[in-house]
Amino acid sequence: MAILEIKDVTSGYGEVQILWGANLDIEDGRLTSLVGANGAGKTTLMRTIMGSIKPWQGSVIFQGQDISSLPAHAKAELGVVLVPEGRQLFTDMSVEENLEMGASPKRARANVKRNLEFVYEMFPRLKERRAQKSGTMSGGEQQMLAVARGIMAEPVVLMIDELSLGLAPVLVLDLFQSLIRLKNAGLTMILVEQNVQMALAVSDYGYVLAQGRVEIAGPSQDLAENEHVRSAYLGH
Amino acid sequence: MILQLEGVSKNFGGLRALSDVTFDLPEGQILGLIGPNGAGKTTLFNCISGVYAPSEGRVIFRDQEVTGNKPYDMAKAGMARTHQIVRPLNELTVRENVIVGSCFGREGHGLTAAGRIADEVLAFVGLDARRDQLAGSLNVGQKKRLEMARALAARPYLLLLDEVLAGLNPSEIGHMVEIVRNIRDQGVTIIMIEHVMKAVMSVSDRLVVLDYGRQIAEGTPHEVANDPKVIEAYLGDPDLALRLMRDQARTQETA
Repeated sequence: MAILEIKDVTSGYGEVQILWGANLDIEDGRLTSLVGANGAGKTTLMRTIMGSIKPWQGSVIFQGQDISSLPAHAKAELGVVLVPEGRQLFTDMSVEENLEMGASPKRARANVKRNLEFVYEMFPRLKERRAQKSGTMSGGEQQMLAVARGIMAEPVVLMIDELSLGLAPVLVLDLFQSLIRLKNAGLTMILVEQNVQMALAVSDYGYVLAQGRVEIAGPSQDLAENEHVRSAYLGH
Repeated sequence: MILQLEGVSKNFGGLRALSDVTFDLPEGQILGLIGPNGAGKTTLFNCISGVYAPSEGRVIFRDQEVTGNKPYDMAKAGMARTHQIVRPLNELTVRENVIVGSCFGREGHGLTAAGRIADEVLAFVGLDARRDQLAGSLNVGQKKRLEMARALAARPYLLLLDEVLAGLNPSEIGHMVEIVRNIRDQGVTIIMIEHVMKAVMSVSDRLVVLDYGRQIAEGTPHEVANDPKVIEAYLGDPDLALRLMRDQARTQETA
């Protein structure tokens, strides 16, 4: 069953409409990737699900409940958690302090110790650097920390906006390997990613967004071989 | 050739935003300039139109070297551009905005002649009914057309369009593409930066593709869309994905 349903959602900024009726079903326990060219509406969709912008029309259904009009912090309490594009770390705070900041939802606060152990197991690099100021780490390590901080909120669905943007290939491989570990641990994730090849290699199901709508959807393996995916990007 | 770029590079401190961009643009063509986010497309526009002086290389416009010339000189020489984020003079009317474009353009008209040109250009982009409205009261699609009208009123030989389709709905995109074709048919040469790929692929005679400041491909829409370097720039490195899939298979075996 779908744990998160996005039904006919339209939204945008001011008078600029970005989403023109997006429909997605996110299945429990699955890694779903969301890809699409610049300006397709991926980040806007994440923000609309999260509640930092409200849907103009349509609805966001989480575990059967309509959460469309809830503010972002209320959604985080329910377990909808976003790792934002550009990481947004507290750069003057240590790795561990950043992780503790992630445990802000009530249900996560009691389990900080257990969750810390879990993320340190998933990201051994972060354990080595737990006392280091986060802003002094490499881009790849900072991205790991951003994902780990999201996990500290005990997400039911973890949404990651641009995992690999701006990182060198060796770091990209590292990050995607950690996603595989998280998936095998049973975490439900939505991955927005500009590296389509990597996103489709790691995910179970994929959506290709173009001009504010879902253009193609299907099992990631099928999409990886689908000529229409390339043409959705290159328009030819 | 209306425009020739020879090894144009631009550094910002230690960052090389553009590296050795070289191409010739024949008169009367539409050239699409594409590439992923951060590829250097707008930086290249800024180097061509005089907003930045290139760190290296030469810009030759209508057989004259114009490298490092100021933007207002470029406008007088017959080069006009639109901006990605439109900034009309909100307190002036639509018509007055376009008059400004004409006064500081290639022909440098006085107010009366500029007014006549403004009316012509506004009819051309389909904004004539809104000429006396304040520019600030237009919606996004109309502001994009006003931006285009202001540039056209300068009577350019070369028009640089920076994402004129961004933020438009599908019917507005169709209308704008028509306008671009009509401008070209009147003999104006066009370079357009665009992310709406279907549109830019259909309207361009040739394309130049930038990635990380480098020119990775040049050719017809068909050639470019099938170029492995372009596909990799947009979709990612297939070899890296293959390695990831192998790793994944291995962890599943051991699990």
